[in-house]
Amino acid sequence: MAFASGYFKTSYAKDLSIVETRSRCTCLLLLILGLAVFPFFASPFFLDLATQVFLALIGAVALMLLTGYAGQISLGHAGLIAAGAFTTAILFKELKAPLFVTLPASGLVGGLLGIIFGLPSLRLKGLYLALSTLALHFIVVYLGAEYESTRGYATGVVIDPPSLGPLIIQDPRLWYFLLLIIDILVVIFAINLVRSRTGRAWMAIRDRDVAAEALGIKVSAYKLSAFVLSSVLTSIAGCLFAYFRGFVSVEAFSLLMTIEYIAMIIIGGLGSILGTVFGTIFVVLLPYIIDILVDALNVPARLTTYMFAKICQLRVGHDHFFGSGARRSCGHLAACQGLFYALAF
Amino acid sequence: MQIYVNIITLASLYCLICCGYVLIYRASRVLNLAHGEMMTIGGYFLFTVSIGIIADPIPSFLLSFLLSLLLGFVVYFFLMRFMTGESVFAAVLVTVALGILMRGLITLIWTSQLWHPLQHLDMENTSHQIAEGAVISTFGVVTILSTIVLYLGLFLCFKFTRWGLRMRAVGEKPLLAAQRGFGLHKFYALSWGIAVFSGGLAGMIQACDSGLDPSMFVIGLKAFPVVLVGGLDSLVGVIPGAFVVAAAEVLAINYISPQASEVAPFAVLLAMLLIRPWGLFGTKEELERV
Repeated sequence: MAFASGYFKTSYAKDLSIVETRSRCTCLLLLILGLAVFPFFASPFFLDLATQVFLALIGAVALMLLTGYAGQISLGHAGLIAAGAFTTAILFKELKAPLFVTLPASGLVGGLLGIIFGLPSLRLKGLYLALSTLALHFIVVYLGAEYESTRGYATGVVIDPPSLGPLIIQDPRLWYFLLLIIDILVVIFAINLVRSRTGRAWMAIRDRDVAAEALGIKVSAYKLSAFVLSSVLTSIAGCLFAYFRGFVSVEAFSLLMTIEYIAMIIIGGLGSILGTVFGTIFVVLLPYIIDILVDALNVPARLTTYMFAKICQLRVGHDHFFGSGARRSCGHLAACQGLFYALAF
Repeated sequence: MQIYVNIITLASLYCLICCGYVLIYRASRVLNLAHGEMMTIGGYFLFTVSIGIIADPIPSFLLSFLLSLLLGFVVYFFLMRFMTGESVFAAVLVTVALGILMRGLITLIWTSQLWHPLQHLDMENTSHQIAEGAVISTFGVVTILSTIVLYLGLFLCFKFTRWGLRMRAVGEKPLLAAQRGFGLHKFYALSWGIAVFSGGLAGMIQACDSGLDPSMFVIGLKAFPVVLVGGLDSLVGVIPGAFVVAAAEVLAINYISPQASEVAPFAVLLAMLLIRPWGLFGTKEELERV
């Protein structure tokens, strides 16, 4: 495959193009073709895996925009997904609302929450910001639990499959294609966004907020916009999550979920959309890979599983796939993620 | 009247838990989000010791203290030691992960059943009438007393002993302290040891007071707003912070709903972060350091 070598751009059209060389274009087309025919050959299990990856990718891209590009740390990602899922569940249960109502409504709720999540970022950085988003996570999850208990859905809310016009989306293949299309749109949107004025402003803020302000970037407005945009996307992912699982319950939205999303973007490499895709695939598939390995090697003990997970993560984490700058901490983060899988089994 | 008693008991429980957060933060700038689980494990240590080794209250408590202290050293030397010098955020995430792992281990070893260590210790948790319409349990009194003893002990230790002075120095400027020849890891490990010990103590008392099950870690999680209200790097700040959070929680139970009390500490935390992010007694420069 021919890569673009150096920075030889002689026209504006070339500068704007997303795909740089012809062979890359061919590969991309082949990839899309492959993804399009995949569900007709794959077993239900692999189809389900692919759908899970697609579902997680929306949330991961949203978090990448916020953390990887705008540099704002958030521990409230699971809370935002919960917000989208619960908006969908409540609208469905109370008003029997269809998909084309719940999806924008989830986005709207996400946007409002994004402003609330983003407000502390105007005054706080780093650890303190992470803690304020963590507090919001607990508050959102509490509101969901309150709804569950007051309306009598103690174990969770069951949601019917959504319908697009006459079409009821229940078939796994239909889900696959729906999520694939949404994912392609989201990825293209994200790639273009980070090349735009907004994206460049975010990166300037990430690299040095004081310098960004001196360049005339409205730091607070752009920080808030990053939170709002990321939250809208995350809540939409939450809405789709609710329909896909057909069941919403607060137990699903634990801190573990937040950490998984953070692991996705860090393993992929902060500041890279392509990295997010690989990180998501890795994190979603890892438990299954370990499962297969454990079966193949016939080691029943949990501890061994955990060691495996840790070693895999450490090795891969240290030279993370894509991304800018060497961040050694990612190896350790990956290690901590390995710890979780001790529990997955 | 009962409300005041409840607030004081809860506040002293929070004081016991939170001194661990502050000690670790001051030493290594890491906020240990696995503290709730460490506290729970303290309770389980007492339970295991009381059924397996000694049923006599005082030796079994002492043995569990020792085990908690050891747990702190083990966690530091086998996990957190590798995180020194890494980004604070990564270290915090590692503690979150550690917490989840510990929660799994607790359910694995001791199951999620509700246990009562008191039965095995041959003790009873009676209530005492202290004033008009106010009762307090024996272990409520124990909480308050041990908080006073622990804080006095820590104060005297930090103020007047050589080791206390060194621990303060290490927390203040690790580089200078290292250049003076202090073994940093030794002091970090000591902070972790004392922190897990005090958390474990809180867990043991709580286990005696109201039984033991894996969901006890939530108390530890609800306690971290206390440190932020008081100021992350201030041991003194924990006391007013604990009172503010405990009051918010008890009043929420009384006037809103029991479920609201679960989030009241976090609401207080958010308010504090928006108004005065460095806390009541914290130093403002701390905000720039992380």
